[in-house]
Amino acid sequence: MANSFSVGKSREGDISVLSLQGYLDAHTAPQFEKIIQEEFDGGRYRIIVNCAGLTYISSAGLGVFMSFIEDIRAAHGDIKICNVSETVYQVFEILGFPALFDILPDQESAIRRFFEVPTKED
Amino acid sequence: MDSMERTFQLHVPSSTENLAMIRDFVGSIADRAGMSPGEKVKLELAVDEACANVIEHAYGSDGTREVTVKAILDAEAVHIEIVDTGRGFDPTMIKEPNVEELMKNRKSGGLGLHFIRTVMDEVQYQIVPGQKNELRMIKRLKKKEPPSDS
Repeated sequence: MANSFSVGKSREGDISVLSLQGYLDAHTAPQFEKIIQEEFDGGRYRIIVNCAGLTYISSAGLGVFMSFIEDIRAAHGDIKICNVSETVYQVFEILGFPALFDILPDQESAIRRFFEVPTKED
Repeated sequence: MDSMERTFQLHVPSSTENLAMIRDFVGSIADRAGMSPGEKVKLELAVDEACANVIEHAYGSDGTREVTVKAILDAEAVHIEIVDTGRGFDPTMIKEPNVEELMKNRKSGGLGLHFIRTVMDEVQYQIVPGQKNELRMIKRLKKKEPPSDS
């Protein structure tokens, strides 16, 4: 089961775009965690997670967002999420993610959102 | 009317890399049961969360043990049983997570059971520590509209 999960990285100005491919479960979440940690350690606090290629997420995947968001927002950054499929969105809803995170329909809107609301308030 | 009960079983080593195989197994049961994509992902999620908990907590990430997933499909519901022989726990001691509180504390643990309770219709534990732990869950099948008599 090669390439069950991968993350593509790109930049849009000072925004890091992480494009997820495959599934995010208890097995693959540590890979995602490592990549977010690298962004954080590199001082890149404006992050878009593009979920267009994400086929599945479990609580382990959501946990990665949860464990970083406070520190990223404390550094005046944010994680904006975009291109979420209906089935993945359904899982986000179980934990009330739509109220806690900016979830946008596409990457362009996510970039614009950073200019409107750099850091989502609690 | 097909009321025959069908039973399927999967035994896998207790490693998180097998979670994808477990989801495929459960997904194929959901397809046989005629579940919608939304209901299917909920069933996969509940079983994934339960098995991840077994692997990480009951077996302490020891990949040499075994997880058994049994699915019984009848006309009314999908019944799932997940069996392990690891450390048991008292499910009544697991509180409902406060997501905002967890975020503030940079924590994310304890969400699995919340997911299971949210997406399944019935959840029951039988824990005999060190011998056998059994989680039984039921997902009822949504009734399809009966065909009109015209």
